[in-house]
Amino acid sequence: MNPRQILIALWTLVVKEVRRFTRIWPQTLLPPSITMTMYFIIFGNLIGSRVGEMDGFSYMAYIVPGLIMMSVITNSYSNVASSFFSNKFQRSVEEMMVSPMPSWVILGGFVLGGMTRGLGVGLIVTLVSLFFTDLTIHHPLVTVGVVTMTAALFSIGGFINALLANKFDDISIVPIFVLTPLTYLGGVFYSIDMLPDFWQGVSMINPILYMVNAFRYGILGVSDIPVGGALVAVALFIMAFFAVALWMLERGKGIRS
Amino acid sequence: MTTPALSIRGLTKVYGNGFQALKGIDLDVPEGDFFALLGPNGAGKSTTLGIVCSLVQKTAGKVSIYGIDIDRDFAKAKYHLGVVPQEFNFSQFEKVEDIVLAQAGYYGMALREARPRCAQLLKDLGLWDKRNGPARMLSGGMKRRLMIARALIHRPRLLILDEPTAGVDIELRRSMWDYMRRINREEGTTIILTTHYLEEAESLCRNIAIINHGEIVKNTTVRELLTELDTETFLLDLAEPVDRAPRIEGFEVEQVERAQLALSLRKGQQLNDAFRQLSEQGVSVVSMRNRANRLEELFVSMVEGDNARVRQAEAGNKEAQS
Repeated sequence: MNPRQILIALWTLVVKEVRRFTRIWPQTLLPPSITMTMYFIIFGNLIGSRVGEMDGFSYMAYIVPGLIMMSVITNSYSNVASSFFSNKFQRSVEEMMVSPMPSWVILGGFVLGGMTRGLGVGLIVTLVSLFFTDLTIHHPLVTVGVVTMTAALFSIGGFINALLANKFDDISIVPIFVLTPLTYLGGVFYSIDMLPDFWQGVSMINPILYMVNAFRYGILGVSDIPVGGALVAVALFIMAFFAVALWMLERGKGIRS
Repeated sequence: MTTPALSIRGLTKVYGNGFQALKGIDLDVPEGDFFALLGPNGAGKSTTLGIVCSLVQKTAGKVSIYGIDIDRDFAKAKYHLGVVPQEFNFSQFEKVEDIVLAQAGYYGMALREARPRCAQLLKDLGLWDKRNGPARMLSGGMKRRLMIARALIHRPRLLILDEPTAGVDIELRRSMWDYMRRINREEGTTIILTTHYLEEAESLCRNIAIINHGEIVKNTTVRELLTELDTETFLLDLAEPVDRAPRIEGFEVEQVERAQLALSLRKGQQLNDAFRQLSEQGVSVVSMRNRANRLEELFVSMVEGDNARVRQAEAGNKEAQS
């Protein structure tokens, strides 16, 4: 395929993905908005008013970046996992396999689709948060960079999950048993300075902690960890995950007999 | 000599569980041909076509599409290929038109080029009125036609149809035949067809290959194959019921119903001879038809013969091992 044809193919996939999640918006866009509103009301407003300040910010302001990031992570991941697995399940993945599209375009199309949903939901949650707190972005470049990279990383993760999955249960295991606990333990609701030394050490091996804190740094200007290192780590993870996903796709893992 | 549309050499497939689905088959499909690939279930048809379409990974062998080796440049070869699979393989929730246009996009076709082509195909295949509805609302026959439209959107030179008329009613099947004949004749599209309706293969195809147990057991023209038919069986509907089958010298006759006989006609025998003898016995025939399609009789006898050969070989192997 020449570069123009590749762009057309990539655009086709992205549009198809965006059309899919907007068609079923009550399942994809509405629930995270409602859930996050609940978090803001209960944790931020009701409980947060009794917690007091954290790292010099109101508790509501402190948890907003983490909650935005949580929405981006879960939505990027589950969009690609469920969409690609549905394509496998309905065998419509064959439409792509019989076409001349290179594997990296297929992967790129799904990842961009997942990122669009993740970032879209992130934006909705950000807008909802404005009803509860004032949001001034401290480092716009860091904020946009880290949220975009996180959306990319978890979209690729969702793709790998979908390739390996044999049934619908297999695509909900990782979000429920891995992503949600790691996100809750990734400093969304607290600063890891509050933890005993041992648990602080344990928290440092949680990759989501780095993303949440880097994003919080972008918005509030405070972080529990060095931000530069976090950005490099996320970038390396993206490259590694992309390479693994591409290798699996090239070999037809989970999609070719 | 022109390059064949499809050339297969020594194609072998061994699945992960050790099952050898293809045992080094060779096959050539000439450009412009209407070619039938027949075989019982599990014979290796879908595996062969799956490899050609990149849905199945081959174990060994060479496949070329219009002279392009798929191991060297599969992407380029795929431009020549359109595929209509056995099972529905599109998103049931998407709109009919979107499914066809997305496929065009996967081939790098710009929308301004794809839209008129898509409209033409949907009109030709009787789906134009359904273009804005979700695919799940289509009937089974319409879903099959949608897959044909999708496969043709990028103007492939080689179209693979894996049981395209399965579960389609007779009227629709005939209209699909007419459409396939038209694109083969007028647009020069080479068509490879697998089907369980042997009447379909006889009516549409010029050349035929029969595959069984992962091997090509016959590869010839339909016309030549039919000359190998030793016996044809006709069903004769009688004007009056008879108590038992009349005796017809030189022919095998079986009573199917009180007013219906099955008459077997061997090569060289003449129906006139049988009718004369029936007439002499006061038996009138009001109508007559083939008991089975001619190709079907031949196919069944050929596959049964090959199955017996395989069983014998397996028994021989077991004996040698013990």
